Amino acid sequence: MNQLQNFTKGFIKENPVFVLLLGMCPTLGVTSSAINGLGMGLATTFVLLMSNVVISTIKNVIPSKVKIPSFIVVIASLVTVVELVMQAYLPELYKSLGLFIPLIVVNCIVLGRAEAFASKNTIFSSAVDGLGMGLGFAFALTLLGAARELLGSGKIFDLTIFPEDYGMLLFVLAPGAFIVLGYLIALITRLNKA
Amino acid sequence: MAQKESTFLSMTLTLFLVTFVAATILGFIYDLTKADIALAKQQAQKEAIESVLPAFDTLGDSYKMQAEDSADSLEFFPAYDANQQLIGVAVKTFTKNGFSGLISIMAGFSPDGTITGFEVLEHKETPGLGAKMNAWFKDETKPGQNIIGKSPGTSNFEVSKDGGDVDAITASTITSRAFLEAVVRAYKTYQNAKEQPVAISKQTNEGGQS
Repeated sequence: MNQLQNFTKGFIKENPVFVLLLGMCPTLGVTSSAINGLGMGLATTFVLLMSNVVISTIKNVIPSKVKIPSFIVVIASLVTVVELVMQAYLPELYKSLGLFIPLIVVNCIVLGRAEAFASKNTIFSSAVDGLGMGLGFAFALTLLGAARELLGSGKIFDLTIFPEDYGMLLFVLAPGAFIVLGYLIALITRLNKA
Repeated sequence: MAQKESTFLSMTLTLFLVTFVAATILGFIYDLTKADIALAKQQAQKEAIESVLPAFDTLGDSYKMQAEDSADSLEFFPAYDANQQLIGVAVKTFTKNGFSGLISIMAGFSPDGTITGFEVLEHKETPGLGAKMNAWFKDETKPGQNIIGKSPGTSNFEVSKDGGDVDAITASTITSRAFLEAVVRAYKTYQNAKEQPVAISKQTNEGGQS
């Protein structure tokens, strides 16, 4: 597999949300608007990239029986660093995402990629994999958030498309997340088969 | 290089090293960002105070007063004009009766108790429903729901469903009730503070002397 394929597989072919069905908790929880989805996606991308790099660097010195605990310590530390830095220098973004940042620790994509990819590949391809998967995750979350925001309140990225009073509130609430996610998964599966 | 063998020694050593390095890095980053985080929080609070009060010159020392109907205390931020006259007081108030618990609000009052503005600082209300409160209660085109310029002393700060004068957010009566409760709590505590004028009169006297 060349590096370009390695990078692009995260978008459609092995999209973490639509195909691997990983990280469903933040996917359903934060996508009430497009901007929240994008912010969460980019924060996860950063953690995924960094954790893949760190883990593929140290993979050979970690005995296999303590692999998972070591990976979790690495991931949790990275998330805390992101949280502190965001709180200090991007307080506006932190205000809207703050609650969800610690959730990245338990996002199965991060540990999943660490275990399935970074612990077996070189530093460079792990970085590419982390970036591709992270951006694929951000893409999925933004798409889901945009669809829910549009159907629920008639807006995308706070730009009004139709008056809010005609929106179906259901889509901003939790059930709407499941419905939209189901249809998007169906669509992507169809695309992958074609 | 092959994977290392999992012996007791190697496992203990690895876990120790990993956690040690992680803790060192975290401590370092925490130290590095501590001042900026405090600054950002202070800045956010200052912006909230500025947005709920008319233009002021200086901000007096903040003080705490026990809330009228609760064991918790509210924080008061008095603001003065260039002649040291009290322009208004921003009150950081709260309610625990939101649809999803705590709602924290910065409310601004002029000295006679009229609401000059408010800003929701923290909430977990439902997006698309209760979360609209920050815009809803200051919509100038809809006098029934706008609370700015009114005073809880002269109009009835309850939702119209309960016989009050304020229109609740559509489909979010619980959030609306909680929001008004927080504003009224701030108002009552402020009025109480004026009656037992330890903190406030001390500051206005200072203003008179200068």
